[in-house]
Amino acid sequence: MKYQSQKIALAYFSVAMALFALQVSFGLIMGWIYVDGNFLTDILPFNIVRMLHTNSLIVWLLLGFFGAAYYLVPEEAEREIHSTKLAYLQLAIFVIGALGAVLTYSFNLFEGNFLLGKEGREFLEQPRWVKAGIVVAALIFLYNVSMTVLKGRKTAITNILLLGLWGLSLLFLFAFYNPGNLALDKQYWWYVVHLWVEGTWELVMAAILGYLMLKLTGVDREVVEKWLYVIVAAALFSGILGTGHHYYWIGTPGYWQWIGSVFSSLEVVPFFAMMAFAFVMVWKGRRDHPNKAALLWSLGCATLAFFGAGVWGFLHTLHGVNYYTHGTQITAAHGHLAFFGAYVSLNLAIISYAMPVLKGRDPYNQVLNMASFWLMSSGMVFMTVTLTFAGALQTHLQRVNGEAFMEVQDQLWIFYAMRFGSGVAVVLGAILFIYSVMVPRREVIAAGPVEQARIDAEHIAAE
Amino acid sequence: MTEQSQSSSAETPSVLDELPGDLMMWVLIISELLVFGAGLGAFLGVRITDPEGFSAAQDHLFRAGAGLNTFVLVTSGFLAALASRAAHLGKVWRTRAMLLAAAMLGVVFLIIKGVEYAGKYAQGIGVETHPFFTFYYLLTGFHAAHVVFGILILGIVGYRCAPRTVEVGVAFWHMVDLVWVLLFPVIYLLR
Repeated sequence: MKYQSQKIALAYFSVAMALFALQVSFGLIMGWIYVDGNFLTDILPFNIVRMLHTNSLIVWLLLGFFGAAYYLVPEEAEREIHSTKLAYLQLAIFVIGALGAVLTYSFNLFEGNFLLGKEGREFLEQPRWVKAGIVVAALIFLYNVSMTVLKGRKTAITNILLLGLWGLSLLFLFAFYNPGNLALDKQYWWYVVHLWVEGTWELVMAAILGYLMLKLTGVDREVVEKWLYVIVAAALFSGILGTGHHYYWIGTPGYWQWIGSVFSSLEVVPFFAMMAFAFVMVWKGRRDHPNKAALLWSLGCATLAFFGAGVWGFLHTLHGVNYYTHGTQITAAHGHLAFFGAYVSLNLAIISYAMPVLKGRDPYNQVLNMASFWLMSSGMVFMTVTLTFAGALQTHLQRVNGEAFMEVQDQLWIFYAMRFGSGVAVVLGAILFIYSVMVPRREVIAAGPVEQARIDAEHIAAE
Repeated sequence: MTEQSQSSSAETPSVLDELPGDLMMWVLIISELLVFGAGLGAFLGVRITDPEGFSAAQDHLFRAGAGLNTFVLVTSGFLAALASRAAHLGKVWRTRAMLLAAAMLGVVFLIIKGVEYAGKYAQGIGVETHPFFTFYYLLTGFHAAHVVFGILILGIVGYRCAPRTVEVGVAFWHMVDLVWVLLFPVIYLLR
């Protein structure tokens, strides 16, 4: 570790991993509710588990982004983080807010209270005090990281990272605006939900992926930067007006169907570019970095993001198709692979890269980590395919034949059972990942003579 | 970034370095062409479902005005090309004069477009009147927005008058030109 303040990332990544474990556990419970509809109905209704599953996902991904920023900004800016204390204060606020949200949701505390009760808006249901806490924490973070960058070296990676993080923080302010008109509510709601994952988060993704490629492949910084600028331009060009693909059926004027269809079709471009970028960098690379797990997660991230966000997104983005598939299991299939590919894998990549350095154990336990990649990824791909079949069948039975929702759900049971199986694989993979980065101190498989010679010759040890 | 990238490209020359102007402008131009191309494709696709309705709606358009506008915009593009040439010859004031003339023709285009839209409005024709007009307003409106943006760009590159900068701005203006030349026959003339 070159800078002491990079150590902040360890705390962030640890909390993120704890929430990750919680998130997939809730996912598993929900997977079983799909199989047995009466499971836990009294103590943990489906809608509450869903809130916990999606909210904890977003929070741990954000904590991962913050951790990644605290890890990479000192190296890029070539100086210590402005204030270590503020960084820990920010984390404390997040932890308190997350716990508050989990308790409020689980026990339905303070129902209807303006400040303490949950708000009831899908995905933005956090109690107002939690939202205010998020804003305060985000302000602390932006101040801390921006001061570091302003006083230090400015690179394309930090510029794009900061642009993404500033953008996502500012867009979150729309979470406070809750118009009485449901169509307007949904219109602004997407300013957060869509402009995060298909706008500002893509900038964060490009920046972190760029940093990883720089470190893992040793390609020239100028080459990485050129790619990053093209990716960012393509992401913003398609993503901003691509918001229109959420405006098809919420009461907005009909021309949104064409704006949404045309621009969101192009959203596949930045994801394809990121995949091409990752593979070209490895191909052209001059360094054979021993942290193969981080490389595997980086390439996996770019590839699964292309399929999950790009291909599975395009699958139902044209309004003529979406007219039939809207809100079916097709959406769930896309949502799972897109989030897993683009943002979960991205976080796991930077964590795989940074953890050996942060914990002072040089590339370690690659085998368990890589096994967790294959287990988690195949589980997620299987889940996506299962849900896609379920969604196609559901679309036909419900939207074409006009059968009732619950009748159709009964006929989809076999897919939900298979999905639960794939969910078990994902959870086991997640536990294996967390174990592999947190616990073991020794390599599972010692390097053979050829690999050891290469490591001795080329590898710069983690400080 | 530019100096460094030139030095590194010396070892591995890339076709991208041979592009006139800036790579990012070409990314934008290709993105714009994809959007307008997709829009025109969708227009033609929907037209198949209702050829009579589309023809009847098309008869409400101000074809002479659009034809005149084609002439205006192509002339403007020619002047912009002359500006780029003057910039490369180091004639700053000639460049600025040409850019100003090109931009003024852009304003003329917008005025004629405004008259056209006002005529539609007077007839009570809006975005939701017919699918033809949805595409008409989306495509020509989106294009007109690019003309406004292009005029601003021509102003900026005229102010910071370096050959490369002018080339980048003029490339955008030619794209605006090209898109109109594609929109005009498909929307206004195609029977």
